[in-house]
Amino acid sequence: MPNIHMHYVVPGDDFTRAGEASADLKARLKKLGMPSDAVRKVAIALYEGEINLAIHAGGGEIEVQVFPDKVEMTLTDTGPGIPDIDLAMRAGWSTAPDEVRSLGFGAGMGLPNMKNYADDFEIESEVGVGTRVFMRVNVA
Amino acid sequence: MRISEIITTLGAEVLTEGADTSREVHAACGSDMMSDVLAYVKDQGVLITGLTNPQVVRTASMMDMVCIVFVRGKRPDNTVLQLAEEFGIIVLATQHTMYNTCGMLYEKGLHGGNNTAQ
Ligand SMILES: Nc1ncnc2c1ncn2[C@@H]1O[C@H](COP(=O)(O)OP(=O)(O)OP(=O)(O)O)[C@@H](O)[C@H]1O
Ligand SMILES: [Mg+2]
Repeated sequence: MPNIHMHYVVPGDDFTRAGEASADLKARLKKLGMPSDAVRKVAIALYEGEINLAIHAGGGEIEVQVFPDKVEMTLTDTGPGIPDIDLAMRAGWSTAPDEVRSLGFGAGMGLPNMKNYADDFEIESEVGVGTRVFMRVNVA
Repeated sequence: MRISEIITTLGAEVLTEGADTSREVHAACGSDMMSDVLAYVKDQGVLITGLTNPQVVRTASMMDMVCIVFVRGKRPDNTVLQLAEEFGIIVLATQHTMYNTCGMLYEKGLHGGNNTAQ
């Protein structure tokens, strides 16, 4: 599998488009013949992250590096930041507004999910500055 | 169970074009919470839901699901159906409620599969 670098911009004003980056990456990895287990982990983890960028951060950017044995994804935004990361990582904790909940999100499951599906997960955030999430999925 | 049997069981309408209703599915999941679907679904091929926004289709696609059933007569708009066609997902609409839809399919042998938290 060749090394690939992808860069995506996630818009902050169009919730319906959140997920385009993950769908694109998923299709590319499938085409490259990556095992479907790994593809699914990458797709789900990135999709959750993409939704978070769209609903919590006013958009952001995604960098993806595909190696023969792993996929690395970095999501950055200049949104409001997360005051308490331990709390945000807790399953069920969410600040999503009702409007987001009525669309099927805001269960407070995204970050725990991302951590679950990724083999390595790092998050750093500063209030008023932004948030950075790094995820690595190993390709068995 | 074949998709065609789901259609007859629910008296459902097929909303996507060119659907191959002979496809087999082995388990289903009913939810209006997409992040729960993303957390717990393993190999359920069918998503039963009352939400009709594009993220429902994207969620189903991420989970490699092959069919979405919209309950209570809900119909998504055309952009949502186009997205489903792009991903090769068959979209059905039924008049039944979520509870009855799940019950009718369960009774016919389409169960929930393994969906405990990983
Ligand atoms: N990029 C971000 N910028 C600012 N806040 C964030 C960001 N990502 C997550 N958060 C905060 O962390 C909380 C938990 O995030 P998580 O993804 O787990 O749940 P959610 O997005 O609220 O709901 P779900 O993911 O289940 O739809 C969010 O409600 C939000 O307050
Ligand atoms: Mg989230």
